[in-house]
Amino acid sequence: MKVQVHVSLKPGVLDPQGRAIHHALEGLGFAGVNDVRAGRLIELDVADDVSDEDLDQMCQKLLANMVIENYRIEKVPSKEPA
Amino acid sequence: MGFTAAVITFPGSNCDRDMAVAIEQISGTPAKRVWHGDAELPDGLDFIALPGGFSYGDYLRSGAMASRSPIMRAVIDAANRGVPVLGVCNGFQVLTEAGLLPGALMRNASQNFVCRTVSLRVENSKSLFTAGYAAQERIDIPVAHHDGNFFADEATLDRLEGEGRVAFRYLESVNGSARDIAGVINDAGNVLGMMPHPERAIEAAHGGTDGAKLFESVMSELVNA
Repeated sequence: MKVQVHVSLKPGVLDPQGRAIHHALEGLGFAGVNDVRAGRLIELDVADDVSDEDLDQMCQKLLANMVIENYRIEKVPSKEPA
Repeated sequence: MGFTAAVITFPGSNCDRDMAVAIEQISGTPAKRVWHGDAELPDGLDFIALPGGFSYGDYLRSGAMASRSPIMRAVIDAANRGVPVLGVCNGFQVLTEAGLLPGALMRNASQNFVCRTVSLRVENSKSLFTAGYAAQERIDIPVAHHDGNFFADEATLDRLEGEGRVAFRYLESVNGSARDIAGVINDAGNVLGMMPHPERAIEAAHGGTDGAKLFESVMSELVNA
């Protein structure tokens, strides 16, 4: 089973990297970008019997820092027929 | 009766030798060197130091991988038993990632690596680590980091301030840290994390000796105990 974990900074936490990217986009002439927040995508390939609870624990214990980050788990449907 | 200290080395630590030299120079006893993959600490430790560097290449988040390494389980146990633990720079990041200290160290607000000597104020001169300093003493200590921007929510910051757990505060703009916090102490008072490098300011040839009192404070507390 393929799982994508999207890690993003919590709202209100200053994101210097996002700000720098925003600035660079403006420097390239792209107008109309209101805000940029940079996050992280972690792709896991896990056994089918790994529970949702296990995935949550992986995120809380390592993949995200709960002081500053939120996470969202997305299961990617297999392309091949089962 | 020597001073039994351990310096932990993670893959990518680069201030471990500086830390060991500082401890030996001030205590007169060589520090024990411990590898991250060790499962146990030496017996009878008086002090544990987590050095600066870029453990595990700062993969995932600074300090994240190191904080989950085998030796950290032993460090967490020792800290919970009251053994003094100092984390400097990457060591501070490891301590926050391990949950031994509150908050997190984020990318510097300027986005730039900052490497210079900065002025600090000793905010709490009664702690295990700072008793040798005068109240509100101004000291100069080098910093060298990319991720030193201390973040915690307002309630946590208020609690740290109210409980005297802000050990050091920057007297100048350095990295965007909340309330200019440079170092914090845990609830029990035996764990200190700080971004500035006291081990780089212990002899005149370093350009300053303001870091020496931190190590002397820990050592004298133990002698007096």
